[in-house]
Amino acid sequence: MQKIAIVDYGMGNLHSVVKSMQLVASDRASVVLTADAAEIAAADKVVFPGQGAMPDCMAHLEESGVKASVLKAATEKPFLGICVGAQLLFERSEEGPTDSLGVFGGQVIRFPAEQMVGADGERLKVPHMGWNEMFIKRDHPLWAGIPDGERFYFVHSYHFAPVDDIAVVESAYPYRFAAAVARDNIFAIQCHPEKSADAGLKLLKNFVNWDGRP
Amino acid sequence: MPLAKRIIPCLDVTAGRVVKGVNFVGLRDAGDPVEIAKRYNLQGADELTFLDITASSDNRDLILHVIEAVASQVFIPLTVGGGVRQVGDVRRLLNAGADKVSINTTAITNPEVVQGAADKFGSQAIVVAIDAKAVDESNTRWEVFTHGGRRATGLDAVEWARKMQQLGAGEILLTSMDRDGTKIGFNLPLTRAVSDAVDIPVIASGGVGNLQHLVEGVTQGHASAVLAASIFHFGEYTVRQAKEAMQAAGIEVRL
Repeated sequence: MQKIAIVDYGMGNLHSVVKSMQLVASDRASVVLTADAAEIAAADKVVFPGQGAMPDCMAHLEESGVKASVLKAATEKPFLGICVGAQLLFERSEEGPTDSLGVFGGQVIRFPAEQMVGADGERLKVPHMGWNEMFIKRDHPLWAGIPDGERFYFVHSYHFAPVDDIAVVESAYPYRFAAAVARDNIFAIQCHPEKSADAGLKLLKNFVNWDGRP
Repeated sequence: MPLAKRIIPCLDVTAGRVVKGVNFVGLRDAGDPVEIAKRYNLQGADELTFLDITASSDNRDLILHVIEAVASQVFIPLTVGGGVRQVGDVRRLLNAGADKVSINTTAITNPEVVQGAADKFGSQAIVVAIDAKAVDESNTRWEVFTHGGRRATGLDAVEWARKMQQLGAGEILLTSMDRDGTKIGFNLPLTRAVSDAVDIPVIASGGVGNLQHLVEGVTQGHASAVLAASIFHFGEYTVRQAKEAMQAAGIEVRL
């Protein structure tokens, strides 16, 4: 049976990530929450979550001793980054001076205050919190069976701005931004599939079934 | 805008069970929290809020079991409030599976708890609950109250909301205390004043008696989300009916 490692580097509240993954994995995979580099190295797939402030996440990752194994996993096995875990894959973030992992080119930027106005003049709040539409930019196995325009749950004040053309799904607030990106064996998503009801569970199930090919 | 306005059923919990009552009188058992959460999820609830109304501190930990059980089976955002006194309480609730923790009285008595919790867990996890009511006839000034609206704090509700945003709150849960339980609708000028004063989302609460009230909370109160309890618990309306009413009024919802 395949083993899916969810990386626990001390950023708390991974309960829902673990439970939702266990639910969709059923008897097809064993799901472990781990802070152990060897266990991450031995896993068939890796989930890299994260929440809170990006500099804190990066600091915890440095201290945890799992950074190297996470980076290695991102080069060789199906890898799912969620929220700040996804953001950490970019080069740096406006949220702090710390360099992040640099797996993807580009920065993580804050929703610019001067642009936060809706079509009808409505002021748009930050954090971008709630259910927003997901528009498919290109097909990906993790999005199989999820309709264009499906809503997922977001809660974030920063979003990625990739240098390369790696966006798979976009959302809009008020402008289009990359909500999920993918390259080779990596899929990284800004919103929370583990909190996005049936659509989110579908994505996680697709990850369980994914062979890591784009 | 495509971002949907949210509808949030609120469940009162004590001794590990969901209870319902009118104005905290005549509480009766409304059933198993997981079953109720599942039902609201199926109806399309965007989030769920659990309010721990346990009076004695002996039974406080029971809410943790409730949250753990719900979070293991229902995969939408969960907020928990009631009895949060220190950063450690926030941690325990988040570890049990809550996504956000709502802080009410402690935000007033110990504002540094809001700041400490936001620094530690991120603003996205911290909701500050504000109970407010009008202090003038013309309903243009509102004061923050505690203890179910009985104790005045002297704090201006709009200023207080701004201060909570500064301290790191990611969201405001605003209850119109002079409307709570009345079923005559939100205090709309209050809701609008607070919503317009802060950059973070505001959830309107208190006084909902029909679906038009939910609509008004968004269109006139400028709320990002609306919270209601009794209209859903007593089966008057389903969450889906509420969303259909909002959609018919031109509000973006998740259906």
